[in-house]
Formats: sequence, structure tokens, C-alpha cells
Amino acid sequence: MIIGLDVGGTHADVVLLSQAGLEKQAKVPTDESQLFETVLAGLDAVTEGVDPAKIRRIVLSTTLAANLVVQRKLPPVGMIVAGGPGIDPALFAPNEHYRVVKGAMDHRGREIAPLDEREIQEAAEQFKKEGIRYMGVVTKFSVHNPDHEKRMAAIVAPFCDQVFMGHQFSGNLNFPRRIDTTYLNAAVFPVHKAFFEAVKGSLAKKGLNVPLRILKPDGGNMNFESSFDHPALTILSGPSASVMGALTTAPSSGATWILDIGGTTTDMALLIDGVPLLAPLGIEIGPYKTLIRALQTHSIGVGGDSVVRMEEGALTVGPDRTGRAMAYGGTVPTPTDAFRVLGLMQGGDLGRAEAGLTPIAQQLGVGLETAAVRIVEQACRQILDAANEMLERINSKPVYTVHELWEGSEIRPRHLMVLGGPATQFAEYLMKQFDGSVSVVPHCEVANAIGCALARTTSEITLFADTSCQLAVASGELFNSEIPAAFTLEDARELALQLLREKALRRGANPDHLELEIVDAYQFNMIRGFTTIGKNIRVRAQVKPGLIQGYDPIGGKLRREDL
Amino acid sequence: MLHAKHKTGLVFFPAFDWAISPTHPEREERLLYTQDQVFEEGLLDIDGIFEYKPDLVTIKDVQRVHFCVPDPWAVMTESHFISAGGAKTVGMAVMDGKVERGFALVRPPGHHANRVVHGCRGFCNVNIEAIMIEYLRRAYGIDRVAIVDTDCHHGDGTQDIYWHDPDTLFISIHQDGRTLYPGSGFLSEVGGPNAVGTTINIPLPPNTSDEGFLYTIKEVVLPILDDFKPQLIVNSAGQDNHYSDPITNMNFSARGYAELTRLLKADIAVLEGGYSIEGALPYVNTGIILAMAGLDYDHLTEPDFNPKRYRQTDAVTRTIEQTSAKVLKTWRQRKMVAEALRAREDCHQRSRRIFYDTDQIYEVQAETIRVCDACAGALRIESTSDRRVAMLGVHLPRKGCPDCKAQAYEWYDAADHKQFDHIFMQDNQADLFLTKPKPAAA
Repeated sequence: MIIGLDVGGTHADVVLLSQAGLEKQAKVPTDESQLFETVLAGLDAVTEGVDPAKIRRIVLSTTLAANLVVQRKLPPVGMIVAGGPGIDPALFAPNEHYRVVKGAMDHRGREIAPLDEREIQEAAEQFKKEGIRYMGVVTKFSVHNPDHEKRMAAIVAPFCDQVFMGHQFSGNLNFPRRIDTTYLNAAVFPVHKAFFEAVKGSLAKKGLNVPLRILKPDGGNMNFESSFDHPALTILSGPSASVMGALTTAPSSGATWILDIGGTTTDMALLIDGVPLLAPLGIEIGPYKTLIRALQTHSIGVGGDSVVRMEEGALTVGPDRTGRAMAYGGTVPTPTDAFRVLGLMQGGDLGRAEAGLTPIAQQLGVGLETAAVRIVEQACRQILDAANEMLERINSKPVYTVHELWEGSEIRPRHLMVLGGPATQFAEYLMKQFDGSVSVVPHCEVANAIGCALARTTSEITLFADTSCQLAVASGELFNSEIPAAFTLEDARELALQLLREKALRRGANPDHLELEIVDAYQFNMIRGFTTIGKNIRVRAQVKPGLIQGYDPIGGKLRREDL
Repeated sequence: MLHAKHKTGLVFFPAFDWAISPTHPEREERLLYTQDQVFEEGLLDIDGIFEYKPDLVTIKDVQRVHFCVPDPWAVMTESHFISAGGAKTVGMAVMDGKVERGFALVRPPGHHANRVVHGCRGFCNVNIEAIMIEYLRRAYGIDRVAIVDTDCHHGDGTQDIYWHDPDTLFISIHQDGRTLYPGSGFLSEVGGPNAVGTTINIPLPPNTSDEGFLYTIKEVVLPILDDFKPQLIVNSAGQDNHYSDPITNMNFSARGYAELTRLLKADIAVLEGGYSIEGALPYVNTGIILAMAGLDYDHLTEPDFNPKRYRQTDAVTRTIEQTSAKVLKTWRQRKMVAEALRAREDCHQRSRRIFYDTDQIYEVQAETIRVCDACAGALRIESTSDRRVAMLGVHLPRKGCPDCKAQAYEWYDAADHKQFDHIFMQDNQADLFLTKPKPAAA
């Protein structure tokens, strides 16, 4: 059996899945200041009366790291950075304790200025004196040559509890984002470690000595152990839980919208041929832009409890929310009140819902029911408009080859899946406006927890090979090795897949069911004068986000002996 | 978080799967290291810098500028439609007010492409700036445009296209034609009889460094731009003046390029040449983007840059000062120069041999312009190539007067397929391109 637990802003949703399907589901209120208690309460809600030995895996998605960032509760981190020609690296400082030191690599990863080891040591000593226990070291182009970062880390290590290097988080080129990413990982680390060790300890006391996994924003998970090397990979995993939940019944071909409609917001994401679309670079949270791989999602302030008002004779929904719907004691009308008036929702006080809608109906000059319909239609229109804007952005994403530009086809989703609290009610009206089919995700109120439980372990790698320097570097894997001058693109693809396999296994993937794929593979002849001096090869490979092997979407059952 | 002072639009199209030939300077690898530097610098994350996907240009866009022989498909690859389209996309973003300025970092380049195109010369097939400018004139009603070509090679194609157009100021700053391809761009080249003075050539001696380039911009280019009062300034931003460029002999630096960009305040920059793909392009392109966006570029220095080593000699400085004085004199006396030129009996005719170095084609052209005070003048170009193709192209300018229109159509109507394989009419007044149908075989 697998437990999936997704902590959201208001509720933590939790499910217990077995070979028989969805065994148990529960919702417990989230207490942001007591997340540990929230998680344990959620787990208790589904484990009561279950033999602990039968539970084989627990997958968690929490708001722990995101809250630290948003509430600015990050501990101090000492950042030491070396730049090179370009923008002044001092302008990239994500935090207060930030030192720019000498040393530089060029775009091919060749040293153009050496490190000053004494300067680095002095910086580390100073940080230590200020009581800083976690440090990050980042250099420009370290993904092409991590030597400087490694040396810096070695110098800094004696002066702190833990040091993080920029190149271990992503193979992508983006120095300012690498700085932010490294900073966030170092800053989140102590709280992340304490929290998950406490969770693990509490579970052990209950006899639950099961592998613990943590959901990432790219729709995949990683195991407890590897999360300590990449603690910031747990930031903003919430939207990916919902998308993975919808994936259980999504069409395997064509483009599909996934709308997670909650009380306050609607989150949207896209599936292409049954695989969630990834964002080009990484998540952005607060003032930080990162290289943390994530699904491409977009959030707008339209939900069941959004404020409905008349502005210059026109109906608007959201983007704000002021508590609950009128039917539930709120003070302003909401789409939920409209659903109540239309009889699409039970519960709450019908009289109050009607009272809320009355002034709107009067201003529109129509009956209560018509006003309710118009409110829902307006909410749907705003949701679909935002979806179209997101689609427009995706379709206008630049490409860099003639082939892609010439042959590239536009994404046009023909199906739309809805989940979240008011999913059923909204779906009925979205159907009238969306040019395509609409469906409601089964168990839509806990689909996010199901997604959490069923997500597979993902990872990705970027390999750079330069046959004229006879070097291959796969940054995140800390792989840095000599290659023969005759190294080919085919060799690079093989090497990339091998490194990816090893990385995925370290992260906890199932060796029998690894779905590896090459995302990009480019090879450039390097010509100097009229002579070919070598090849510049770039290969990106990934375990694409998806569900674990053995889940039967039609029966909703888990056909795995080991889980 | 960095904020651009000037909202800046970029089209980056490195054409990673296109080359003229495997070892040609214009090959897949050319913008690879530039991409790496631009991405690593995080330039596209800066608030106020926007990246756009290039549109494709249409055949109509191309034919507003060129006579392609036998037709556009024969002389263009997909990549040309995209690079010209990239320039057009940036131009539209500026004109639509989405951004203040824009830079089309695209390849292949275009400034050696003449109005008549038989193939590829100087790595160029179609003139991507001219295609963009004529589109913007048509779509947004712009009239006066200045092009400042800072590529190391003379922008002879752009000069050819605007030779007779008094509404387009073309200024080319380049290495002296006696020492570099294409061997043109001398002080005496000042434009046709209807547009004397609006073609300006500033040949610089080999080994000109930052000092000389910036002197020319400040002392010559900016004052002339002030006089001309263009509605749009386009920079043909070639990067082969860099001290590390393998096929030229200049000593310009990345920070010099950034400074030039800051001074020029071009609305639109379009990448042209530049083949020091590791030592120059990553730094120069970064510098141009930073300068356009109004960001600081003080930390931008090539790893091997040594200002002392690349300082220009006094002799070079003197030559540049003398050239600058001559250019300014011609500009101030352009009316007199025009009168003198028009007094010559053969001023309406030009005949030239043109060599397409990349495609190894020889072309012979005979050009006739109607000398006109009311417009840019009807233009007739007879062109034959050693591929045994003869073409007549008649061009009626955008603001052509009734007399020139009559003359243009008279030329077109009278043309005979016994003499020409292809007969074209480029009526930019009506925005039409006509191909005269061949008579049915007897």
C-alpha cells in the first residue's frame, strides 16, 4: 500500500492506495505554524487500523520550504561567488552575506582568472565568525567546468556544517539563477532536515519503517536520503500533485488542459500526449528565480470563493477572496453562492446565497437564476481566457533551429480535465465554452493526494562534451571526465543515459521500470581556420514525469506485488 | 533583480542546423558560444528584456525589395525567411510600442545582398534590414529611415538598394575597401542623382581601435543624424571590427561596441557579420544587449583584451580625422555636389560587374534612373549572369510621381521576352510585384 499526502494552504489531503484501489481518503485542516502535526494527523487519518507492515511507501508533498521562503524565515547563508566578463556579479546577490571573489571561467569552461584561495578562506572565516553554518559557492560557467566550485567548496568546508555547490543542482546555463538556487538549497537545508528526520522518527515509533519520498515540482519524487542534497527541490510541489492526480485518467494522445479549481485560485497545466509540460527554466518564488525544474503551471485568482462584483455594469469574478461564500456565513457573493442558487450544490444557507445574488440580479435586470448562470459563465470565461494566454505564451516560445521553426506545430488542446472542490459544478459550464471535451477527474477532491502517491521518481541530466578539450561534464551528477578525441554524439547519448540511470536509481527509481529519454542532442563541428578541431556536443536526457509502473487507470487499482 | 532602463526586445535565432558549407564561417557553430554567454548571463531574465519568436517573412515582403532571379525560392533557404523574419518581428515589436528598442540576433546576415539577387554574395542572399524597413514603411507609414552599418565590410547591398532613395540615409563605417572585401565604400560613393548625399561612406584604416570608432560616431554620425531627423534608426550591427576577428584587421573591443550602441541609440539593431565566434561574439553581443537596455557594462571585458596593445597609432588617428572632415564637408555641401553630378550627361546611367563570391556567379548590370525632382525616380535594371539568365527589373518607388509611374510602366510594357528571360515590375506605390507572362510558344 502507498500513502500519498499533499499539504495545501487550507487542507492536507491524504489517501491510502492498495491493490484494491483507493482504500481510504481524508482531509485534515492545515496549520501552517504546526506543519509537523498536520502531516502526522493526516497520516493517522488513513493508517488507523491498517497493518503497518502492509504500507510500503509514503509520498509527501508539503509547503514547508515554500513557507520558509514566503515568510522570509530563511536562516543566514554565506554565499561566495566568482564571476567573469559580463554583468557585475554583485548585482546578483540574493542575500546579505554575499561575497564576490576573484576567479573566472570562460564560456567553454577554460580558466581565464585563477582563484585567490586566501580570499575565499577569509570570506569563509568571516562568515563563521558571524555564526553562519551553511554556505554556498557558485561560479559562472561552472556547468561547463566545475573545478573552481569544487576547490572553493573544499576551502570553505572546514568553516561550516554544510556547503552547497552551484553545479550540483542543474546543468542549465544561467548564473544568476544558479546563485539563487544554491542559496535556497543551503537556506532550506537545516529546516528540511530537521522536519523530515522528525517525521521519519515519529513514523518509526508507530512501527512505520517505510521508505519516505518527497514530491518535487516537476511531477516526480525523490527519496528521503537524496532530498538532503537537494532540499529546495521540495519547493512548490503542490501544483504537480494535482497534475499527476489528473494524469491517472488523462488521454494518452493530444494536448489536454488540467484545471485545478480551488476556493481561491485556479491552477492550470498542460499535458502533451499524456506527459505534463515542463517549464523552460525553473520555478520562481518570491524574489528568487531558480533552476529548479518544474511543471509549467499558471495560477489565477478565480475560484469557488472569489468575490463577485459589478464593475461599470460588467460582472467580474476575483481575483480576491474575502473568506467564505455567503451561503456559509461570508459577506460577499461568490460563484459558490451561484451554484447554491442553481441547486448544483447542497449545504449552506440557500437564503443567504439568494440574498447575496439579489443586488447583482437587480443591476443586471434579470432573475436570480439567470444572474447565477451569468456569474458562473463569467468565471469560466476568465479561466479559459487565462488558459488561452498561457497557451499563447507556450506557442510563442522561441526555438533555435530551422527545423523546429519550420516544422513546429502549435499546441491546441482538445480536452479539458477539471479537479478541485467545485470541479463538477464548473465542468458543466466549462463544457459550454470550451471548444473540445470536458471531464471531471475521478476522486477529484483528493486527486492531488493520489497524484502524490502515484508519481514516479524523476531526474534529468545535461551532458556537455568538448572533444577538442577532451572533456565531458554532467554537472548535476558531479561527473567530470576525460574523453577520447574520437568521442561521438552516439557515445554522448549512451553516456548521458548511463549517468541518468545511475542518478535515477540513487533518487529511488525502480530499476525494472525506468523510462529514460533523450530530450535534446546537438553536435557542433568546431572549426578554427579551415580545420575541424573537435566537436561540441550537448545532450539532455530525462526520466519524464509519469505514474509508477503497475497502476491500472481503468480499474483504478495498483497491480504491484511489492507495493 | 535587474531592470532594463529601456524596454528591449530580442529575437535570438542562431539557426543551429544551417550552414553555407561545413567549414564556412557562416556555420552552425557561429552563435553557439554567444547563446551560452547570453543564457549564462541571465540576460533574458532581466525585467524589461523580452525575447520573441521570429515570424517568417512572406514572398511579398521579399519582393518589395528584391528582384530574385529566377524567383525567391531559388535564392532563399528556410533560414533566410527566418532571419529576415526575425528582423521584421523586432521591428514590429518596436513599432507596436511593446518595446523601446530591439535587437535581431539572427543569422544568416544580409547587408551584401543587392536589389537584384542571383545567389549568395558575401554570405548574404537577401537584405534582411531592407526587407524589414520596407515592411515597416508599408505597415506603419514610416517615411524617413537612417541605417548605420557598423559591420567591418562595406554594406554594399544596402547601399545599392537605397542608392536612389533620398528618404533613406545610409551610413556605412567599414575597413577601407582597398584592404578588404567587397572593395567598395569609398568617399566618392554618395548616392544617385535623385539622392545625392544620403549615401555616406566612412572608410577607416586598418587597425582602427575604440578611439577611432567612437570619434567617428560622435563627430560624424551623430551630427548627420541630427540633421537628417530620421523617424527610425537601424543599426546593421556587424561585429567583425573586433580585434580578434579572423577575416578583418580592426581593433575594436566589446566595450567599444557597447559604447557605440549607447551613443547611437538605434531603435533596431540587426546582427550582420562577425566571425570571431569565441573571442568576440559572446562579449560583443552581451555588450550590445546591455547597452540597448541601458544597463551597466563596466564588467564586460574580453579575457585577453589589452587596451595598450590595441591602441591606434597617431597615423591612424590622423587618417580618421581627415576622412571625417571630408565626409562632413560633402554632407554640408550635398546640394552643390548634386548639381555637379546632375550636370553630367551620363548621370542617369550606371553599369557594373558584380561577383557573387559565395556562389561564384558573375553578374553584369546596366541601370537607368529617371532623374526626377519630385520623387526617388523610376528605375530600370538590366541584369545578366554567367548562368545565361537575362532579367529586366523595373522599380517604381514608394512615393513615385505620375511621370515616373508612366515611365516605369512604359519600360515594363515595352520589354520583350526575346531580350529577357524574366521581366519584373516592382510597383512599391501600389505594393505590387508583377511578372510579365511569357507569350505562348508559337
